[in-house]
Amino acid sequence: MRVRFPQLAIVLAGLASAGCAERALHTLTLSGSTSLQPLAEKWAEAYQSHHPGLAIAVQGGGSTAGVQAALSGAAQIGLSSRALTSVELRDVRAIQVARDGIAVVVHPSNPLDDLSLDAVKCIYSGSIKDWRQLQGPPKAITLITREEGSGTRAAFESLVMSKLSISSSALVQDSTGAVRQMVSSDPAAIGYISIGLVDASVKALRLSGVAATEANIDRGAYPLVRPFLFALHGEPNAQTRGFISWVSGPEGRELVRREGMLPATQEGSDARR
Amino acid sequence: MRVADKTVERTLGLIALSSILVLVSITFFIFKEGAPFVYRIGLGNFFSTEWHPTAQRYGISYMIVGTAAVTAGALVFGVPLGIACAVVLGEMAGQTTRTLLKPAIEILAGIPSVVFGFIGISLVLPWIREHLGGPGASGLAGALILGVMILPTIIAISLDALRAVPRSYREASLAIGATEWQTIWRVVLPAARSGIVAAVILGIGRAVGETMAVVMVTGNAVQLPHSPLDPVRTLTANLALEMAYASGDHRAGLFATGIVLFVVIVGLNTIAALVRTRLARPARRRHRWRLTVAEQEPERIEPAVTP
Amino acid sequence: MSARLFTPVRAQLVARAVLWSMMSLALGILALVLWFVLRRGLAHIDWAFVSTAPLDSGRGGGIFPILVGTLEVTLLGVATAAPLGIGTAIYLAEYTKEGRLTRAIRFGSECLAGVPSIIIGLFGFVLFVTTLRLGWSILAGALTLALMTLPLVIRTSEEALKSVPTAYREVALSLGASKWQTMLGVVLPAALPGIFTGLILGLGRAIGETAALIFTAGSSLPHQLPRSLLDGTRTLSIHFYQLAREGISADHAYATAAVLVLAISFINLSSSFAMHRFMRRYG
Repeated sequence: MRVRFPQLAIVLAGLASAGCAERALHTLTLSGSTSLQPLAEKWAEAYQSHHPGLAIAVQGGGSTAGVQAALSGAAQIGLSSRALTSVELRDVRAIQVARDGIAVVVHPSNPLDDLSLDAVKCIYSGSIKDWRQLQGPPKAITLITREEGSGTRAAFESLVMSKLSISSSALVQDSTGAVRQMVSSDPAAIGYISIGLVDASVKALRLSGVAATEANIDRGAYPLVRPFLFALHGEPNAQTRGFISWVSGPEGRELVRREGMLPATQEGSDARR
Repeated sequence: MRVADKTVERTLGLIALSSILVLVSITFFIFKEGAPFVYRIGLGNFFSTEWHPTAQRYGISYMIVGTAAVTAGALVFGVPLGIACAVVLGEMAGQTTRTLLKPAIEILAGIPSVVFGFIGISLVLPWIREHLGGPGASGLAGALILGVMILPTIIAISLDALRAVPRSYREASLAIGATEWQTIWRVVLPAARSGIVAAVILGIGRAVGETMAVVMVTGNAVQLPHSPLDPVRTLTANLALEMAYASGDHRAGLFATGIVLFVVIVGLNTIAALVRTRLARPARRRHRWRLTVAEQEPERIEPAVTP
Repeated sequence: MSARLFTPVRAQLVARAVLWSMMSLALGILALVLWFVLRRGLAHIDWAFVSTAPLDSGRGGGIFPILVGTLEVTLLGVATAAPLGIGTAIYLAEYTKEGRLTRAIRFGSECLAGVPSIIIGLFGFVLFVTTLRLGWSILAGALTLALMTLPLVIRTSEEALKSVPTAYREVALSLGASKWQTMLGVVLPAALPGIFTGLILGLGRAIGETAALIFTAGSSLPHQLPRSLLDGTRTLSIHFYQLAREGISADHAYATAAVLVLAISFINLSSSFAMHRFMRRYG
C-alpha cells in the first residue's frame, strides 16, 4: 500500500510515455513573443472553435525564447516579433503572419504630441534626461523599456537606436502590457509598445509628424514596423500546417485587422511554400 | 504484514536519503551549469558592474547591491513590526484576542506574492511617486512590499521563541515586583534571543529569494541606487527576466547568479542553525535578573508548528 | 514613586501603547490587502465565473479550466511529495537517534525550503520540461511543486509523529508487535490527522506559487479541461498575473485574486485549526 520511490518512478515513467503519443495528436504549442501572444490567442480561440479535437497552447517568454522553443521541439511554432538573426535562420524557417508597428507612448497628460526619431534615440540613450529639454514640464523622464530577450526591444533597438544602447537606468518591464500599465500611471514616463495594444490609457506620439496608424504603416510612411513571424524547425506536422494555412487565409487576416495590426504582405506569407 | 523490520528500515532510510538526493541534485545542477562559466570569464568580470550579455559583460555587482538594499529595507520595516506583533500576541494579548489575531497572521502569510506585487503597483508606486518623488518603481517600494511579506515569518518564529521561554522566568520576575514591560524587555526577550535571531535570519532568506513581487515593483534597472527612490534590480529579478530566452554563455551566467543566491541561502541557514544551538545556552546566564530558582533544565513548552 | 521621568509604570504604559499600535498597523496592512482584493473582486465572482471557460483571452467567460488545472497541479504535487516526505519523517522520528545523520537530513531539508522558488522552477524547466521532454505540462508543474513542498511535509509529519505518545508504541511492542507493525497499525493512524493537515498546509502554499510554475506548467490559457497530465495549464495565480499585468480585464483580475485569497485563507485556517486541535489532543 505504501507507495515506494521505485514504484513511483515507474508509474511516472509510464504516465509520461503514455501521454506522449496522445499529446502529439491533439496539442499544438506556440511559444514566444508577448506582443504576438494576444493575437496568437485570438487565432487559437477561433481555430479551436472550428476544430474541437485540437488544443492549442500559447506560451509567452519572449521572441528569443520562442525561437529556442521551436528549435528544441518544446513548441511546434515559435512566435517572434522581430526578424530572425542569421544564426537562427540556419536552423529555423520564418513565415510572416502579420505586420505590426511599434508606437512610442507617453502618459495622456503629457503635452507632447510629436517627436523626431532622433529625439527618441537621445531620450533612450540617456542624453536627454528631462522633459524640459523638449519644451515640456520640468520633470525627469522615466524611461521604460522591455527586457533584453524581447522582440519588441530588439526591433526598437535596430530601428531607432542603431549603434547606441538603451540607458541602463531605464525601468525594465517584462511584457508589453506591463510597459503600457507603467506609462499609463506615470505622467513622466515614456515607453514603446506594439501599435495593436495602444488603447485609451496611453497616448501614441507622432514620429516626425507621422501618426502611428495602420494606414501609415501600409503606406510605408511610419518608420517603426516589424514583422510578426512564425518560426518553424523541420517539417511541420499536419495540425501545424492546417493552422498556418488558416492563419494566412482570409479569416486569419481578418482577425489581424481586428486586433489593430496589419496582415502579412503577400511575399511574406508566400514563404511558407 | 510480515515484512522484516530490517527491510523496512532500509527502505525508509533510502526514502530519507532520496530527500537529500533532491537537494544534492539541485545543487549539482546549478553548479554544473554555472561554475564553469565563472571559471571561464573570471571573477573580475563576474563581479564587475556591467550586465550586458550581448557584449559578454556579466557583472552582477549592481544586482547584489540591489538585493542587499531591498532586503535591508525589508528588515528595517519588517523586524521591529514583526517582533512587536510577536510580543503582543505572545505576552500581552488575552486568550480571546489571541484566537482572533493568530488567524489574521496566517491569512497574511498565505497571500500570494503576485497579489502583493499588484497591490504594490496599484497603491504603493503611485503613492511614492506623488509624495516622495522619483518614478515610483524603486528600492523603497520593494523594501516596503517585502517587509510586509516577511512579517508572518518573523512573527511566527519569534512567537515560538517567546513561547519557549519558561513560565517560571516570567513568574519570578513579576514576583519580585517588575512590571510586565520590564519583564518582557529584560527577561523574556533576552531569553528568547536565539529564536528571534533565527526568525530574522529566516526572514532575510525569504526576502532574498522573493521574485515575482520585486519584479513588479522595483523597476529592474541595472544601476547603482543613489537613493531609496531609484529603481534597482535584484538577483532573483534578473533570473526571472532573462532566463526564458537565455542560451549559451548568457544562460550559464544566469545559473552562476543562481549559485550566488544558493550560497547565500545555505549560508544563512547554517548561521541560523548555529545561532539556535549556540546562543540558546549562554542567554540563560546573561540576563540581568539573577534567578536562583531556574538553574535546572526548564520545562520546554512544545513549540507549535510554524506555518 | 520617584522623581524620575520614566517610572516603570509610565514606561509600561508607553510600551503597551507603542506595541499595540504596531499590532494595529500590521492588522491595518492586512485589512488594506484584503479590502483591495475583495472589494472589487467579490462583486465579480458568480457561478458563471467559476464554472465557464475563459473567452477573449480572459476578458470574458470564467476560470473553470484554470481552477481544474490548478487543482490538478497542486494536488498531484502534494501527492508526489507525500510518500517521500512522510517516509523521511518516519525514518527521522522512529528509526534513528538524534545524531549527525538526522541533523544533516534536517539541515538539507531546511536549505531546500529556503531555495528561491525561481531556482527550483528553473531546475524543473531544465529537468522536466526539456530533458525529460514533458513539455509545459501539469506533470512538470506538479513534480516541481513536489520539490518545493517536500521540506514542509517532512517537518509537519515529523512533528505529528513525535506528538504520538510513547505509551502507544510501548504498549504495541509489549504485546509482541514488530516495529513495523507498530508503525503501520498504531503510530501512523494516530499521527495521520496531523500528517494530513500538514499536507493541506503544503497545498495552500502550492496554490500561491507563481514563478516556478510559469516555467514548468506554462502560461497558456486553457479553453477546455486538461485531457492528460501532459497538457499545459495556467494556474490561478499565473492567470491573475497575466490579467493584471497585461491590463486585459481589471474586473476579472480582481475576481481571480479574490478566489485565490479566499481559497488559500480557507485552506490555511482550517488546517492550522485542525493541527492545533490534533496537537492539543496528544501534546
